Amino acid sequence: MNHYEVTFIIDPVLSGDEIKSTASTYETLLKDQGCAIVHVNAMGLKQLAYPINKKSSGVYYCIEFTSPTGAAIGKTELSLRRDERIMRFLTIKLDKYGVKYNEDRRAGVISAYKKKESKKKPFDGPVATPPVEAVVVKEEPKPVVQEVIAPVIATEEE
Amino acid sequence: MASRDDIKFLSNPTIGQQRKKYCRFKKYGIKYIDYKDSEFLLQFINEQGKLLPRRITGNSLKYQKLVAVAVKRSRHLAILPYVADLLK
Repeated sequence: MNHYEVTFIIDPVLSGDEIKSTASTYETLLKDQGCAIVHVNAMGLKQLAYPINKKSSGVYYCIEFTSPTGAAIGKTELSLRRDERIMRFLTIKLDKYGVKYNEDRRAGVISAYKKKESKKKPFDGPVATPPVEAVVVKEEPKPVVQEVIAPVIATEEE
Repeated sequence: MASRDDIKFLSNPTIGQQRKKYCRFKKYGIKYIDYKDSEFLLQFINEQGKLLPRRITGNSLKYQKLVAVAVKRSRHLAILPYVADLLK
């Protein structure tokens, strides 16, 4: 028994019921050919990274299934290719790590990757203090300079 | 006033030190790279949507190949762009 995963993008122009029915037709098509559906992941309407058929968004569906032989895939791909409602599809064979990953993902063990917040924030506190010290240091030399200048001016007047 | 003890280094000692690169997949035991996770894959491509080389990401050869495959799959499904400008 091999694990497979077919992801496809459905035309967003269709109504909600039509989208659901297209997804379910492929579920039944796979079931009819002796495949067992493991999970159907409706990823929903997403913005495409680049336009496909002059459309900028699509409804993503991902069906994970097991098949005793790979024979069912050829038929499914053919019907996906002929279907006008499907914009793009991709079928892959999952290795044992992929199967584990999908199981963990469903169980909530692994969550989707999130970008970490920038590490610069904790340094705000220490950085703020030095300028105060710097100001204090600068004040000291000023009177010294004035004292030096004053005698010079005095000599010039004489 | 800054006392003498407060001043430890004239310059930042960490500047110029090279941090050792490592393969994050080996370190954290990641075995499978999901092509549907665009946020994760964004770490391995540059602003133009090109794959970053191993010498920058530090990936081992085995996982760099898997990353490349995952990025190519997600490009096909329009999860990542083939060509982009100012992606990040």
